Amino acid sequence: MIFTPEPGAATRPRYSMAVRISLLFVAIALVSLIFADLAITTLDPWTELGRMAWGVVTPDFFAVESIGSAVLQTIAFALVGVALAALMGFVLAQFFHIGPVRWLCAIARSIHEIFWALIFLQIFGLSPLTGVLAIAIPYAGICAKVYAETLDEAPPAALRVLPVGAPVISTFFYVRLPDVWVHIKNYTYYRFECGLRSSAVLGFVGLPTLGYYLQTAFSEGNYSEAAAQLIMFYIMIATLRLWVRPKLLGLYLVAAPFLLSGTSDIRFENIARFFSEDIVPAPLRNAEQFDAQVMADLAEWLGMLLTDQALPGIVATVVLTQIALVATGMLTLAFFPLISEKFFGRIGRTIGHVFLVVMRSTPEFILVYIFLHLWGPSMLPAIVALALHNGAIIGHLLGRYSDEIGLRPDSASGVNRYAFEIVPRLYGQFLAYLFYRWEIIMRETAILGILGIATLGFYIDSALADIRLDRVMLLLLITAMLNLVIDGLSRYIRARLKLSTRVASCQV
Amino acid sequence: MLLELQNETLGYGQEPVLSGVSIAINPGDRIALIGESGAGKSTLLGAIQARLAQQAALIPQNPGLVATLTVFHNIYMARLNQHSTAYNLLNLVWPQRREIDAVRPLVQRLGLEEKLFERAGSLSGGQQQRVAVCRALHQEADLVLGDEPVSAVDNYQSRTVLDALHERFDTVVLAMHDVELALQYASRIIGLKDGRVALDEANIGLRLSDLDFLYQVGDDLHP
Repeated sequence: MIFTPEPGAATRPRYSMAVRISLLFVAIALVSLIFADLAITTLDPWTELGRMAWGVVTPDFFAVESIGSAVLQTIAFALVGVALAALMGFVLAQFFHIGPVRWLCAIARSIHEIFWALIFLQIFGLSPLTGVLAIAIPYAGICAKVYAETLDEAPPAALRVLPVGAPVISTFFYVRLPDVWVHIKNYTYYRFECGLRSSAVLGFVGLPTLGYYLQTAFSEGNYSEAAAQLIMFYIMIATLRLWVRPKLLGLYLVAAPFLLSGTSDIRFENIARFFSEDIVPAPLRNAEQFDAQVMADLAEWLGMLLTDQALPGIVATVVLTQIALVATGMLTLAFFPLISEKFFGRIGRTIGHVFLVVMRSTPEFILVYIFLHLWGPSMLPAIVALALHNGAIIGHLLGRYSDEIGLRPDSASGVNRYAFEIVPRLYGQFLAYLFYRWEIIMRETAILGILGIATLGFYIDSALADIRLDRVMLLLLITAMLNLVIDGLSRYIRARLKLSTRVASCQV
Repeated sequence: MLLELQNETLGYGQEPVLSGVSIAINPGDRIALIGESGAGKSTLLGAIQARLAQQAALIPQNPGLVATLTVFHNIYMARLNQHSTAYNLLNLVWPQRREIDAVRPLVQRLGLEEKLFERAGSLSGGQQQRVAVCRALHQEADLVLGDEPVSAVDNYQSRTVLDALHERFDTVVLAMHDVELALQYASRIIGLKDGRVALDEANIGLRLSDLDFLYQVGDDLHP
């Protein structure tokens, strides 16, 4: 033998940290599968699928009134909500270096729009304010963070040359803002697109947006009308660049608040009761004086809530999140070549684009709702829907990213190219996007409870139905905490893997 | 005296770039800092700037422009501290005649008049550097600190820039890469080498060959 490995030399491959972390997550997902309820409970899913497919090919655009109303209300709520969020976010970004401001923003964005809507429904009823705030508050939290990160990238040299004593506000508008303004504009535009999806979904809790009409059509089995509604929604999103124009924006913003419909029955006593009675833990509310008995009742109340509701809710939420995350990763790796110049020609890519656009434009909540109709309430529809939606989003970003990779002229093609040239090069980026998405998947998983899957949202929704708002608030707080833990973990892993840790630059 | 450093160690974070620095700057000094790139010229300028920020106009190596704003606005920025916030914001969206008239002679002299309302980011490197010079000229300051302010400007323009700076400011401290120009303009030369001030002399009878040692590798030749 000519070559003998030196003692201690590598005789088998050592896997990189990225691969080991991926394997760890796959293992966690496999273990989670044991605990997951994946049953199909509907009697005849295929017939239902057939009826849905028939609805898609025979969309009923004659339901003009409801379609027009759905489109108008969805846009109006998104516009007002996102405008308010951008304004609040912009102001908050100026104070983002202050700890409590950062924490409040983190909590605001860790709670899903629908949860916010459910809270505001208790306070304001079905008034337009409910929908507007449900979008504005979580979006203000995320906008504040992204704006603050963006503003930090203002040219430092330009700040250094300013004369001493330049007024703070002048400095802001002359030096800190101009060069990053275009990024802030683009991000806000992207937020508006997200806002349209959020606005549509808010219909599921009773606001007069797309989700409301969709739910009605579905429950009546009127799939042709549902298909028409969804197609209108895709057209609305696809033509966004055509109708969202700087010149028209002012006009929209003036008109939108007048278009919002809903009851305007805001009563002060409702607001006061919400804060002074409804959300006070029951043992405290009913106590005449604060004594040892109340303490014991409170402990029992807390213990009951934590063990009977929070704990199973957390387990189900985490189980579903971890499976959906890995499924998203696998679909992403399958989806991105569909739009990549490295793999498909023009026609193939066009088909890929249409598929990915439809999947990522459909709010995951609506996808889950559709699959639930097919398969009945279990984790299966949620996993498939979350993986499709998120896989399409990351697949789209990765596909674009892969086009920028330069290959040598004689490189491999087909599967070999995929496995040896492309995937290794974009794996880091892939993990970065996926871990950004982790927290979002978890947020969405929690909310799916209101569709009957036993995640945290299920217990929150049940408590709401019983009008036990004290329980709702505690469970919401736990949901927010869980989200912040995932967010922190994600940031830790991204830092360990030396992946870019900023959200602003990639719209995921 | 404007400033005195005595046996100071200068640098970023833990790493000292210059040590044992003792220099004094007096009003009217026209100092050229010379030495190889990496010798610590920027470090020394930074230290001076940190101590004289109140009175100094700065021309950094990276011109420090706001790319999306016009040349006019970038120059006006030197006087942000002279006006109220309201006036500054008004002038941002609607440039005021008075301010334009104040800026115009500067851009005329440095050959940027046609660029006055173009975005700074669309200019060439040399033009951007001249905008940074105009900004410094526009600032209410007693002295100017420049980090290679003519590195991207051609020879003819270099003289225009240096003439303008020396006319406008009583005290001038410029890091220079062109030793010939340094000898022509400076009244005093400070040479840096091997992390120390290797030369600090009045520019009387100094010749190019006297400064060669600053750019030689290895042995520590002192004149």
